Amino acid sequence: MSSSAAFLQWCVLLSLAVLAVSFVLIVVRIIIGPTLPDRILALDMLVAVGIGFIAVIGVKTSYYLYLDIAIALGLVGFLATVAFARFVLNRGRMELAQEESARSAEDPA
Amino acid sequence: MSDIQNIAVGLILLTGSFFAFVASIGLLRLRDIYMRMHAASKAGTLGSGLMMVGLAVYAAEIDVISRALAGVVFFLLTTPVSTHLLARAAYLVGHKPAEETRIDDYADAVKFDRDG
Repeated sequence: MSSSAAFLQWCVLLSLAVLAVSFVLIVVRIIIGPTLPDRILALDMLVAVGIGFIAVIGVKTSYYLYLDIAIALGLVGFLATVAFARFVLNRGRMELAQEESARSAEDPA
Repeated sequence: MSDIQNIAVGLILLTGSFFAFVASIGLLRLRDIYMRMHAASKAGTLGSGLMMVGLAVYAAEIDVISRALAGVVFFLLTTPVSTHLLARAAYLVGHKPAEETRIDDYADAVKFDRDG
């Protein structure tokens, strides 16, 4: 093994380690929240780190089939974030309407 | 596999994972949802995009390169859209920015929309 190939192997291992640490940090943000949009954003970031993992594993194993899965994962992450944003908006509107109706029931004038 | 290619791929992968790490630190330490969004969307997209470019440089085959670059372009197009939608939804349902945010033009715009 030439020295540059050894350097590449070392870089791949270090990248995997750094990605694993950032994965754990993102999971901590998902657990502690505190709001629903925070968790949705952390989930989006988790998808980005998953795509990074796929790319590094592709370099490590010279197996490029997972690249298609990375693109599909990006598409799914995008659609999930858009759908969750609509969900946050709808749920917030429902809560606002409930507050309004509660206020008008308390104070009919 | 030439030496230059090996070294370039290693450095690109290290840079990409470093940016992903910076984004996750920002996600954990910044103060409100809008600042976290800034870290996650910019640094996160740069990190995963750089790692895809590293894979393209490593493979040096036309089908892998075209798919990897298509993926990078796709991320660059979709991340601003999803982040904007999430920020807008979070603001409209009442998640206020942190106290340190001095300039809040969107509050005036939303108030103007509601009042006339």
